[in-house]
Amino acid sequence: MKQLTRLALLAATLLLCGALAAQTETPKVFDSEEQEARFKDLTMELRCVVCQNQNLADSDAPLAQQLRGEIYDMLQDGKSNEEITGFMVSRYGDFVLYKPPVQANTLVLWAFPITMLLIGAIVVAFSVRNRSRKLAAAQKKGSA
Amino acid sequence: MIGRLVPVIVFVLLGVLLAFGLRIADHKTEIPSPLIGKPMPPFELPVLGQPDRVLTNEDLIGEPFLVNVWASWCPTCRVEHPYITELARSGAVRVIGFNYKDELSDAQAWLRRFGDPYELTLQDYSGRYAIDLGVYAAPESFLVDADGTIIFKQIGAVTPEVIENEILPRIGK
Repeated sequence: MKQLTRLALLAATLLLCGALAAQTETPKVFDSEEQEARFKDLTMELRCVVCQNQNLADSDAPLAQQLRGEIYDMLQDGKSNEEITGFMVSRYGDFVLYKPPVQANTLVLWAFPITMLLIGAIVVAFSVRNRSRKLAAAQKKGSA
Repeated sequence: MIGRLVPVIVFVLLGVLLAFGLRIADHKTEIPSPLIGKPMPPFELPVLGQPDRVLTNEDLIGEPFLVNVWASWCPTCRVEHPYITELARSGAVRVIGFNYKDELSDAQAWLRRFGDPYELTLQDYSGRYAIDLGVYAAPESFLVDADGTIIFKQIGAVTPEVIENEILPRIGK
């Protein structure tokens, strides 16, 4: 009997914890589906500055919650996506953008994969040509 | 001949990349502030413990000052506090406290326990102005020049090295 009471108490505590955790952020009510979609896109593309490998949509950090609130308020005020990302960039820099703009200091970042792909393609092309040449030479020898 | 050099070149390039990575590893969670060289964003904040005394930028501008973002829940703030205190006592620069997302009673207890070196402490209970400053953790410190322009930001603890190498030279001391 005593055990049962304890179990019930534990269950009640856990339930209460869940309820409290869920309460920390009030669910957002959007004016339209389009606005909700924009909110999702924006929070997915913006980095949480506290836990830097998460985006704003996924992060539970208090600052991320607060920034989600700011973005929501700006959407309600009719701000454009550019104005909202501009708000973030002017405070935390380009670092908050998961898709940074192509500019002088991000050129290496954007050009690197393409350059590596090109180098790889050139290497493959050369070795294929070399091998086929060698093969052709060997065949010539064999037939001669 | 060139074919034999390729692995060497690749090795050297990888080495350079690794060296570069190791060099920035200590600082990789620090986000450079886009606010350096820009005026301190306009604020309107009460002084800690004096809710009726609301200050704006104009009340602080005139002489260089250091805004030290701290909170009672922030362990690293305790680490830097002796150095902040020493800097404030030296009179080299005015030191303004910035209490970030803290309960008033906790903040006041913290100041009683560790000492209050600040000329005054601004209270940002909601943390809304801290967003304008680009604060994402505590402690952070902003050095503002006589014109009200942010000239340096320290992310993490202010140490004697930071005071010596970053803060004092920037205010000509």
